[in-house]
Order: sequence, then C-alpha cells, then structure tokens
Amino acid sequence: MTFLNYLINGISLGSVYAIIALGYTMVYGIAKMLNFAHGDVIMIGAYVSFIITSKMGLPAIVSVLAAVVVCTVLGIFIERLAYKPLRNATSLAVLITAIGVSYFLQNSALLIWGSDPKSFNSIVHFDSIKLFDGQLVITSEAIVTVLACIVIMIALTIFTGHTKLGKAMRAVSEDKGAAQLMGINVNSTISMTFAIGSALAAIAGVLLCSAYPTLLPTTGSMPGIKAFTAAVFGGIGSIPGAMIGGILLGVIEVFASAYISDKLSNAIVFGVLIIVLLVKPTGLLGKKINEKV
Amino acid sequence: MKKWKNLSSKTRSDFLTYTMVIVAFIVLRVLSAFGMLSNSLTGLLVPLCAYIIMAVSLNLTVGVLGELSLGHAGFMSVGAFSGVIACAGMESFIPNPILRLVIAVVIGGILAGITGFLIGIPVLRLRGDYLAIVTLAFGEIIKNIINCLYIGIDGSGLHFSLISSADLALENGRVVINGPVGAVGVQKLSTFTFGFVLVMLTLIVVLNLKRSRTGRAIMAVRDNRIAAESVGISITKYKMIAFITSAVMAGAAGVLFAMNYTSLTSSKFDFNQSILILVFVVLGGLGNIRGSIIATVILYLLPEILRPIQDYRMLIYSIVLIVVMLTTNSEKAKLFIEKQKAKLKEKKEKGGAKGE
Repeated sequence: MTFLNYLINGISLGSVYAIIALGYTMVYGIAKMLNFAHGDVIMIGAYVSFIITSKMGLPAIVSVLAAVVVCTVLGIFIERLAYKPLRNATSLAVLITAIGVSYFLQNSALLIWGSDPKSFNSIVHFDSIKLFDGQLVITSEAIVTVLACIVIMIALTIFTGHTKLGKAMRAVSEDKGAAQLMGINVNSTISMTFAIGSALAAIAGVLLCSAYPTLLPTTGSMPGIKAFTAAVFGGIGSIPGAMIGGILLGVIEVFASAYISDKLSNAIVFGVLIIVLLVKPTGLLGKKINEKV
Repeated sequence: MKKWKNLSSKTRSDFLTYTMVIVAFIVLRVLSAFGMLSNSLTGLLVPLCAYIIMAVSLNLTVGVLGELSLGHAGFMSVGAFSGVIACAGMESFIPNPILRLVIAVVIGGILAGITGFLIGIPVLRLRGDYLAIVTLAFGEIIKNIINCLYIGIDGSGLHFSLISSADLALENGRVVINGPVGAVGVQKLSTFTFGFVLVMLTLIVVLNLKRSRTGRAIMAVRDNRIAAESVGISITKYKMIAFITSAVMAGAAGVLFAMNYTSLTSSKFDFNQSILILVFVVLGGLGNIRGSIIATVILYLLPEILRPIQDYRMLIYSIVLIVVMLTTNSEKAKLFIEKQKAKLKEKKEKGGAKGE
C-alpha cells in the first residue's frame, strides 16, 4: 500500500513537471532555444495567485485565471523585448539573455514580495480520498494536478494536430523559411508559443505551490531545471515526450527519496537521465537527426 | 622595437594579455600597500583570481572546443573539497603552509581531472544541448554526493562515512567535511599573490595550448567535426584533451577558492555558479582569453561597485546583462553601430580634406 501511495505522489509531482516541461519543449521546438527564464515564470504565477487568494481574499479560480493572464502577458513581453531581437543570433547568446531574464524576474520578485517565505494556501478545497481503511490516501491536490495534466495534454494534442494555428506552429518548428513562404506569420506564431508556454507555467506554479506550499523568489528554479531535464528525457521538442518524461521523472524522484536516500534523490534522478541519454542520445521520443556531409 | 614588430600578431596579442594581468597585479598590490583598497574589495581579490581561472578554463571548453558545459562548478567543487581534505591530512607532517597549499592545488587539480575524464567518456559522445544537459546533471550529482559526505581525520588517518559525523568513529580527531554543513575549520592559506601565480600559470597553459598543434586540432573539431575527422584528427582524443585540461584548471581554482574561507558548503558550487562563469565567458567573447579575464573582473566587481544601491544591484546586474547581450548580438544594433562608424569615418575624411 505504501508503494501505491508513493506511486500516486510520484505521478502527481510528475504531472507538474510535465506541465512545465511542455512549455520548455514547445519553446525549444519552435525557437530552438533553452528558455531558462521559464522556471521563474512559474514563480511569478504562484505569487500572483498567492496575492489574490491570501491578500485579496478572492476565490481560487479567479486567482488561477489571473495568474494565467499575467504570465501569458509576461511571456509575450519577454519574447518581444529580449528574444525577438536575437532571432538570428547564436544559441549561446540567446541562452545568456534567457539567464539575464531569469535573474531579472527573480530579483524583481525579491524586491516586490521580499525574501521571507510565503505560505501558499492550496487552491483545492475538497477532502482527500481515503481507500482501504485509510491506508491509501489520494490527496485532493494530486487528483486536481493529474486531471489538469490530462486535460492540458489532450487540449494540446488537438490544438497542434487539428487547428490552423497549431499546424502553423508545427510548420514553423519544422522549417521557418518554408513556413514564411507559405504565408505563415512566423513572428506571431512564435509569440503565441511563448504565450501558451507561459500560461502552462502559471498553472504549474499554482499546482506546485498547492502541493509544496513554501513560496520564495527562487521557488521556480529547481522545478524549472527538473522540468527541463524531463523535457530532454522525453526527447526535447516532442510534446508526448515531455509528458512521459515529466511523469517518469516525478515517479523516479519520489521512489528514489522513499526507498534509497532522501538526500541523494536528485543525484539519482540526474543519474537516470544520463543513462537514458547514453542509450538513446536524443531522449525517449526524440527524432534521430542524420547528419549530411 | 624591431623584434616586437617581427612577432606574429597572435604572439603580440598573447604578450598583451600577460602584460595586462601583470600590470593589474602590480597596481592592485601598490594600491593595497598604500591602504587605498577597501576591506571588502581586498576580500574579493582571491575569489576574483579563482573566477578568472574558472572563466579561462571554461572558455577552453565552450569557446575553443565549442561544447556548451553547464556543470563547470562541479569540477571546482571536486577540487575545492579534495584540496581541503588534502590540506588537513598534510597538516601533521608538512608544516610549511605554502608548500601545503601547492600540494593541495596539485591534488585538487588531478582529482578534478580524473573526474573530468570519467565524465568526459559518456558526455563527449553527445552533442549540442544534450551535452549541455548532461554536464548540468553531473554538476548536480557531484553537489549532491558531496552534500552527503562525512570525512574526518585523526591519528590513524582519514575516515569516510555517508551516514553521519558520529559514524566516523574518530579518536581525538576532527571532522573535515561534515555533510550538508560542508567543509569546516578550513585554514585560510590562499593569498592574492598565490592566486596571481595560478592565474599566470593557467594563462601560459591555455594560450600555448591554443597556439599549438593540439590546439589547432581542437579548433578544427569545433569548426567542422566531419572535415576534421576526414583528415585524420581523432575527435574523441582532442575533445578529451580540452575537457580534461579545463577540468584540471577548474579544480585548481576550486582549491584556491576554498582555502580563502574558513568554511564552505557544496551548495556554493551549484548550477547558478556554473551559469555565472558561463556568463563571464560569453560576455568576454567565445575563444577570447583576454576577453574572459576582462569580463570576469568587470562583472565580478560590478555588484561590489553597485553596493550603495544594495537592494537594486542584482536587478541592475541582470538588466546590464540583457542589454549587453542585445546590443552585441541583435542585427539592428549591429547595423546601427556600423552606420555610426561609417559616419565617423566620413567626418574624419572631410575634416582631413579641409585641413589640406
């Protein structure tokens, strides 16, 4: 029974990673850049939600919507101001700019909300489910997180597969030049990808802080790195890959800290990543790129 | 003077780098002799030397070899902690602190080099962003493992444990590395002069490597892997040479850094530390050693200069970072700068014509 409990915790944590990893993977697929500021968008989303529920006393759903709106606008802003001028620059230049943006967001949060940890009130208000005489506990947060993850996954699959905008997105990630020739507005498609990624980050932020309620300006960085790992794990650029990678990573992390060592759990997670990449150098679902001479 | 002109432009550029470092050292020495350096600035000199070595060595991996590494602080950490242990172990039979520091630096460098070799075997098979994420992963793993390490020393030698400091079963000894608390009771042996010597050594190694046959082979691998392979350059060998050299120097820098504090934790060498050094390298210019040094000095001292506006300094730091990246890399900014240059030239020519 404890095994099942750990499994559920793992899937719930993994779902949060998966939602963050989706943002990473979509942005990577389309802009070919590692957006290190993504983790800090999560943190901003969580702070917005915190302010609205705890300080203003408005209902949880309003706070989630507000967080999504703020992060979406923030994502578009960041893309326009910091990444768009560097569209044709080297990937390293964009990486450093992303790091600059990440520092900027963290320090702005530090100035606005201070360095003292805030205790986040869960947005979920129904009771946990207890099965088998209370031996198996499924927390309400876990249910909401997993459901949110499934809904997002289905919505994104439909969006990228069957809508015009989604197809445009895939076309741009395949070949920017050709997409432009076909009349696709590359710039607005990239902006839209950032908007979707940031909206997902906001949701992830709220869910993450509902399960782990300490909120700090650096809250987003470690989950950000983990989710990035998850995206690479599943094959960066692939949407189902991000999903599988995220959930696997969450499960491995929870099992490692439960059965092997609490202190070494991060090392084990990264160790598994390295082994996977050695066997499949482009991740679980990544495409193999043949090099032409 | 004739001899100077006969030297190749590359050699002259290298000499300029050496001269710059030596002059900076002498100026700082003179300033501190006259008491013109503030206390906090004096305290930054040794870490500054360590960061310069880190930046130069990372430039070897990222700039010269062309592989993005996000775990460079991991090597620094291996060097730092093995140096601390070595130093504590030698305390009883080598009384001379400078000799002890030198041996610690050598040991730290060698151990970091071995780690670099072990990590290099799997890492260098991967490419691009995948390589970057694996170096990040290794950096985190090293940090995590050192975080669980307990090492103590007593009359019978070193004791290791992964459980707790009580598990070490020390007899009248002392704990050197105490798990999450990190290294404790470290002797402050590092001096600015020693740091300077180490920086010079690093420069001699890297600059000569860059200009050697090996260095050219490494750069050939960076510029076109397939072409390099087709002319008989062993990719793995040269990648490994660059990677290990870089790791050894990072380890040495780690020892220098560690010996400047009485205690230090492994979380000091996390992902952010690796990123910090990467920022120095990229802003200084990839493959440009002198640029790395200048960028390190400016960026490391920038928060110190901004100290009067305490709360806002990291914010300003991040804005400076973004603005510098945008102005040096965006196409519009490049066009603008070129236009201004052309205008200046025109003006000069006009001015010259009038003068005649």
